[in-house]
Amino acid sequence: MVLTEELNTPQDRFGNLLNSKHGTYILPLITTLLLFIGWELAVRLFSIPEFILPAPSAILAEIPQWGGAVAKNAWTTLVTTLLGFLAALALGVLLGFMIGYSKLANLTIYPLLIGFNTIPKVALVPLLSIWFGIGAVPAVITAFLLAFFPIAVNVAIGLATVETEMQDVLVSLGASRFEVFQKVGLPHTMPYLFASLKVAISQAFIGSVIAETVASNGGIGYVILSASSNFNVPLAFLALLALAVMGVILYSFFMVLEKRFVHWI
Amino acid sequence: MTEQLSLATSPQVETAAVLEFRDVGLQYRMSGRPMPVIEHISLSVGEAEFVSIVGPSGCGKTSLLRMISGLNPVGKGQVCFRGEPITKPLSSVGIAFQNPVLLPWRTTLQNVLLPLEVVPTHRRQLKNQRSRYETMAQDLLATVGLEDFQHHYPRQLSGGMKQRASLCRALIHQPELLLLDEPFAALDAFTREEMWELLQRLWARSQCTSVLVTHNLREAIFLSDTVYVMGPRPSQMVYTLKVDLPRPRTLDMCFTEDFHQMYTELRQHIQRK
Repeated sequence: MVLTEELNTPQDRFGNLLNSKHGTYILPLITTLLLFIGWELAVRLFSIPEFILPAPSAILAEIPQWGGAVAKNAWTTLVTTLLGFLAALALGVLLGFMIGYSKLANLTIYPLLIGFNTIPKVALVPLLSIWFGIGAVPAVITAFLLAFFPIAVNVAIGLATVETEMQDVLVSLGASRFEVFQKVGLPHTMPYLFASLKVAISQAFIGSVIAETVASNGGIGYVILSASSNFNVPLAFLALLALAVMGVILYSFFMVLEKRFVHWI
Repeated sequence: MTEQLSLATSPQVETAAVLEFRDVGLQYRMSGRPMPVIEHISLSVGEAEFVSIVGPSGCGKTSLLRMISGLNPVGKGQVCFRGEPITKPLSSVGIAFQNPVLLPWRTTLQNVLLPLEVVPTHRRQLKNQRSRYETMAQDLLATVGLEDFQHHYPRQLSGGMKQRASLCRALIHQPELLLLDEPFAALDAFTREEMWELLQRLWARSQCTSVLVTHNLREAIFLSDTVYVMGPRPSQMVYTLKVDLPRPRTLDMCFTEDFHQMYTELRQHIQRK
């Protein structure tokens, strides 16, 4: 009896943590911390040279010298990403509505979109830099190009998969087409839209960094490119770290937004 | 083959009829060829009458119901509500389907209130008198035993609870006509019988003219004043049974000699091809 109780208590505590609200951020924080500790130990244990894999401590040691520059460029990347994402949101929702509601659009525009989406967007960046020069514009456009497709597809699927019976409930009461959309189509599409936003923001982020490494003189992508060409590997890693932190923050933001707006799932 | 019938030859206009089928027919197009589903159906349903339509699968029972609801156009003939041919959905009709189709993003109470947001007469008053309407919905939910579940979401309810909520939604706007399309088909036998008693109570309370489509003959007899039997496709009404059991009916009545006789009678007419 005593033995089982002793064994049970920490397990119970862990189970409580798994199911509690705090577990959703405490557990990832712990794994991140463990990862960094393991990384630090591995680098020291095997004495890996800094220009191949710098230890976390060496990366953080770059902050006093490069922290300001990385923050400034991170800001540039963030603005670029958000601009591209907002444009993608607008066009994605519009296209999604057209494809979801119109059979004609579904048969004409949708196949074009699929064809276009199969092109790796990195391949377009050199062309974009010919058309728009070096700078933020190609990055915004690349972010936009990567982000609008998941939004358009999900909105279209959300609208197209509304159960007829659900609409019948309203139609049988004499509801107008707009009322049916407002009360059934729109809420039914919300989970699809918000799921796509999480994907889209990550895609937009990838897009802007890709464009920055190819055709830009600012942003995190540019920092990584120039740091690696100077063999300043710790700085490149500091920039990567900044990217990861921003990515997680953006994703979490949309996750919280989703929880608020799609509370019934 | 299909004879043209003019309305003048069938003047069955009864003043008391709430709902009337005047020589109604329906065809589907199957790979380009017309296929008759329903032929020459004429019947009338009186004020506060409870009517059931039974028949073999695919005989067009649900099509009949959808014509009344205005969701499907009437093929041949006319379906009239209080003397007016039905051409579009009417807000004085309440429907419950086989699936409860509650909106998953709304609580039980919000689902029940849904018709009030759409039906014009209520929609105008809903903003000002929200609490009065909510009390109305809560009362209705209480009669079906869902008072403790009004703030739950559909995913938190059992199948029977969802169907009870769906019945409340069909009745909240005080419809003059209640249409029930096999509403209990997906429920287990015990829950189903509970729902019969429940529906009988709701019907007695609302005094709503009701049309039930079902496969279950006991259910039809238990609930109805009149049971119509449809034949196989192309369907016509092959038999009409007047149920004269006293009301309120109890589940014990299902085991009486009278009940059994009616059951056998219906059964025979359904089998006859």
